[in-house]
Amino acid sequence: MSREPAQGAVVPPPAPGSLGPEAHVMVGNADMFVNWSRKSSLWYLLFATACCGIELMQTGASRYDLDRFGAVFRASPRQSDLMIVAGTVTHKMAERLKRLYDQMPDPKFVISMGSCANTGGPFYKDSYCVVKGVDLLVPVDVYVPGCPPRPEALIDGILQLQKIIEKKRNFAKKV
Amino acid sequence: MKPNVPVEALHTQEMLINMGPQHPSTHGVLRVILRTDGEVVVNARPDVGYLHRGLEKIGERVTYAQFMPFTDRLDYLAAMNCNCAWAWAVENLAGIEVPERAEYIRVIVCELNRISSHLIAFGSFTADMGAFTPFLYSIREREKVNDLFEAACGNRLTYNYARVGGVSADLPQGFLEKTKEFLDYFEPKIDEYNNLISYNKIFVHRLANVAAISADNAVAYGLTGPNLRGSGVSFDLRRDEPYSVYPKLEFDVCVGTGERGVLGDCFDRYMVRINEMRQSVRILRQAVAQIPEGPVLAKVPRVFKPAAGEVYFRSECPRGETGFYIISDGTGNPSRLKIRAGSFVTMNIFETVTRGLMIADIVAVIGSFDIILPEIDR
Amino acid sequence: MEPQALFDAVKAKFGDAALELQVTGFRPAFVVVAPASIADIARFLRDDPAMRFDSLMCLSGVDYKDRFAVACHLYSMRHRHAIGLKAYLPKENPLLPSMDAVWPAANFMERETYDLFGIVFEGSKDLRRILLPEDWEGHPLRKDYKYPDFYHGIKV
Repeated sequence: MSREPAQGAVVPPPAPGSLGPEAHVMVGNADMFVNWSRKSSLWYLLFATACCGIELMQTGASRYDLDRFGAVFRASPRQSDLMIVAGTVTHKMAERLKRLYDQMPDPKFVISMGSCANTGGPFYKDSYCVVKGVDLLVPVDVYVPGCPPRPEALIDGILQLQKIIEKKRNFAKKV
Repeated sequence: MKPNVPVEALHTQEMLINMGPQHPSTHGVLRVILRTDGEVVVNARPDVGYLHRGLEKIGERVTYAQFMPFTDRLDYLAAMNCNCAWAWAVENLAGIEVPERAEYIRVIVCELNRISSHLIAFGSFTADMGAFTPFLYSIREREKVNDLFEAACGNRLTYNYARVGGVSADLPQGFLEKTKEFLDYFEPKIDEYNNLISYNKIFVHRLANVAAISADNAVAYGLTGPNLRGSGVSFDLRRDEPYSVYPKLEFDVCVGTGERGVLGDCFDRYMVRINEMRQSVRILRQAVAQIPEGPVLAKVPRVFKPAAGEVYFRSECPRGETGFYIISDGTGNPSRLKIRAGSFVTMNIFETVTRGLMIADIVAVIGSFDIILPEIDR
Repeated sequence: MEPQALFDAVKAKFGDAALELQVTGFRPAFVVVAPASIADIARFLRDDPAMRFDSLMCLSGVDYKDRFAVACHLYSMRHRHAIGLKAYLPKENPLLPSMDAVWPAANFMERETYDLFGIVFEGSKDLRRILLPEDWEGHPLRKDYKYPDFYHGIKV
């Protein structure tokens, strides 16, 4: 839809004190801008343990580029604000996962990707050393089901997380 | 101003660095405990087990057919190879005859998977060395193979395609034509990769003469697959202990030649993988031309109980030899299921071969061995 | 080389340590030996010119219901033949000499067998748990293993 005035129409002169029809102004509260910037540059920690890790890498690579959503991978937890737990978490790894989560600065989010991270996956019934779901260790924001989830599903998970972030209230006084 | 303190009196200390389970270059959750004297490594001890899921115990509690999806998760980059290895092992145990079309289909998907596994090995290895572009190129090719597999069995990574006695479903219409198109598209890409990075001066300098393994050591330490062939030992299970329809297919066995450094160094292992992709294309062209019509699944009883006995069957997977030692006691579940994985035995030599290297070379060694953690940890 | 000829050669050299040859239903055939002499027999199999088993394909522990066993699968690159080597062990205190001086490839496999079965390899240069955490209790692949309820506060 063009903002150009229709041909032959009479354009009124700008009123004194106004910025005129060509000005582009956005008005919103501080939450909107903070959330907009946070959701548009979710830098994720490369935490790929198993098969879902390959789908995570493929989602970040050539065909299903995650970079267009602003999400680049970081190797260090200190520089990332999203941890995508992709793959099975075993008891030996659980303590390290908690430590990595603690090392991430606030605000931080966790996406649990794949069946193994959601509930233990195909190893739920008979395995003796798999943690049955990463939410036993860290608080999870979004669960992405699949074994492994398709790249489209992971992108949907990130978009859902963006919707969650949009609704957060950062500056409201605690009542 | 010259310092008054002689160098010998300066206090130096070994550093104990943890190249932890979460690391961009360790190809999974591998932990390497490094003791270094400055930049030079005194001792690099691998600590594995961060992905141990107890697959062997699970194998004792499920039936032979139910174990097939777990073999996908054993080496997920070569899932078709692991599926087929399990199917061949069980068929060897029970003496089941597989229809010829099914064997050809298995060889076609195994070789396609070998190409896509070596593509990731190539892409992630060059990414570890610092060049990110080849990774994106290799994923671009790999996505095409993923499309083919998705048409055949529905999944992009963990296929669960082979069954005891054949494959689960016939190839869809147009699959063989699309495979031929992919091969025509892919073969010149290997030369493109060689032009892009393989003979790049910095890349060669980082890999040549690093961690050279002699042929005797390679055999004694149990290396298999491209790691063994990189040391000059011409041994390939597809030619020397042939199974399936490999006797009808012609291909060369690629060995390292010491072309840029000592025989058996990282560069040789890398070039073996590049050349193996070319040979896989050759095998695929022959298989696609020779595949007959026919059924794709033999008649296997619903409640499958093989006779009591023990069998050890090994097949050539992209990372080495994947062997299954199955003990059957006549019931529907295996009594003991031991998985011999190429990467697990390769980690044996890691501590010996990294003495005296620099920290950056550790990354080159891990990448050139092309290990994958679920195979190591099972 | 035929399994029977191989078994006869081992029996000629080691006498009573070579117990039996398991052929039917076993691919490859197994030469069953007494546990205490397995390292010496392994060295003989590696060095003898007619056999030259220079490659250890696989070393695994087995839990038959009444006893343990350690099964090795050997392969010769020179002569292209394969054989298995098995030693039965009692359930309480399973011990046998380590083979990692004969084939360095045995080291990780022995550690794994110790970790998952509790079979101790004497003389091994490094026998520690490899796959499970250092403070794990029990040996999971034994048939009578009971899964623990909690590990470090997390439900198993």
